[in-house]
Amino acid sequence: MFYLSKITADKRLKKGREIAADWSFQHWGKLSMTTIDHRSPGQTPADPTDEADAHRGVTRRGVLHLAGGAVSFTVLPHAGAQAASSPAPTAATAPVQLTVNGEARQLEIDVRQSLLDLLRETLDLTGTKKGCDHGQCGACTVLVDGRRIVSCLTLAVTRDGASVTTIEGLAKNGTLHPLQQAFIDHDAFQCGYCTPGQICSAAGLIAEGKAKTPDEIRELMSGNICRCGAYTNILAAIQQAMEQS
Amino acid sequence: MIQFQYIRAGTVAEAIRQKAANPEGTFIAGGTNLVDLMRSDVAQPAQLIDISRLPLDKVEETAGGGLHIGALVRNADIAYHPLVEQRYPMLSSALLAGASQQLRNMATAGGNLLQRTRCAYFYDVTTPCNKRNPGSGCSAIGGLNRMNAILGTSEACIAVYPSDMCVALAVLEATVHVTGPRGDRAIALVDFHRLPGSTPERDNNLAADELVTSIELPPRRFAANYTYLKIRDRLSYAFALVSVAVGLELEGGTMREARFALGGVAHKPWRNAQAEAALRGRPAGDAAFAEAADLVLREAKGFGHNTFKIDLARRAIVRALSQAARGTPQSQSNKKIA
Repeated sequence: MFYLSKITADKRLKKGREIAADWSFQHWGKLSMTTIDHRSPGQTPADPTDEADAHRGVTRRGVLHLAGGAVSFTVLPHAGAQAASSPAPTAATAPVQLTVNGEARQLEIDVRQSLLDLLRETLDLTGTKKGCDHGQCGACTVLVDGRRIVSCLTLAVTRDGASVTTIEGLAKNGTLHPLQQAFIDHDAFQCGYCTPGQICSAAGLIAEGKAKTPDEIRELMSGNICRCGAYTNILAAIQQAMEQS
Repeated sequence: MIQFQYIRAGTVAEAIRQKAANPEGTFIAGGTNLVDLMRSDVAQPAQLIDISRLPLDKVEETAGGGLHIGALVRNADIAYHPLVEQRYPMLSSALLAGASQQLRNMATAGGNLLQRTRCAYFYDVTTPCNKRNPGSGCSAIGGLNRMNAILGTSEACIAVYPSDMCVALAVLEATVHVTGPRGDRAIALVDFHRLPGSTPERDNNLAADELVTSIELPPRRFAANYTYLKIRDRLSYAFALVSVAVGLELEGGTMREARFALGGVAHKPWRNAQAEAALRGRPAGDAAFAEAADLVLREAKGFGHNTFKIDLARRAIVRALSQAARGTPQSQSNKKIA
């Protein structure tokens, strides 16, 4: 019974993802055009798809949340039955204080939660992306106390007291960060999924001050994979921002 | 990831006490390897003892002209530390050859020592693996073993220890300082990691209740004639197929001291005393280099997919020795092999 319901749940979840994927695919051409058209100067290119979807009154995340709801409904009755025989362990939580993009946050979190999940799921800062969730792609790069790290391999609880800057926190007073502007100027992305990580990583790179030559920039940006292969333009964008800093 | 209890240690003594009280617990610092292992259910600690705030984050000169690197110094901070860059450029180079800048900003010196193999079967909990589940068998022998070991293997395990840093530390003959309920002790880096033998579940000789506190570099630096040459599937951000760290001391064209270690080929950084002895007192040149390479690799054994590593290692050794002898170490940003 459990396995049956679990399979059903998995199928529904998969179906939900397919719906979401199909939906964004159908709107693909239009999305990439509206990404820039709808942006006012103060907005960041944090999550072009979410942003563009929002103009149509439906978000990709909304679709996924609906799918997730269906899953919980199917699985929950069984989880209750299981709890009657052997109590499920309660999640260990801990208080965490973080300054996120300049704003102090006091949170009680599951100690297993990654900084990435905390940003995306708890604080709804979905600009930071989950790519591989294994520290191999760099899509989740954020700045912690000014240094670039991968948020997927960071347990949020271990960073209690830290200051976190995400892609949403780079623009200041309605003006794009020089790296954001440079990425637009040089068309340094195609799908845009790796872009928030690329920009946060490049901000860390510039602060480190170790990269001077194109070879050095490429090497020190190697933790950020771009499956579209926009590397040439990413390099040009970083060089432009570097000259301005 | 399973449930665990989170404990933050404020002092080294407290960390040791917590570990003694929680034998099912694990220390966490940078977390770059451990969090990934926990997420894959390879590691299932009942407690995480956070040691990231302990005061083990300094790089300091020792009285004897060496360097003490605290166990919690981040990999990037070691690589870019002025004293390391000037005096131990081989270590700096090896560190910059590993991982990505994001990971180097997180990963600590002690964590680098204790990182676990990236053998695909170790990570895949649906397959037998003697390192993960002792007695279950080795899936890499007879499996997809392109990344696996060619030296010091056993019937139980052909996993590779993946650190770049430790290949340089083996050449520098660093010392690992540890502490525990029975007090402090020092372990030579070359004796720190183990061969798999019949107990591949043990990566190293650190006792379960001990904590690494620092790495000590001796005064011998090899700052003039060194290299770290890393051969991998892509130019950056990949584990080594084969890597070679070399330190030479030349007098005229003669090698007065010669040391080299291999990474990516064994369960520990691989040195061979006989091969190094074959270099000492000889003119630096391809004849001596090739002889040394043959001496290291005569006991090498391939397992099919990784057999190419034997030839690759031979050429990498000769090339690395020649880079060091010429004083043209491998650049870690311009990847053209010097």
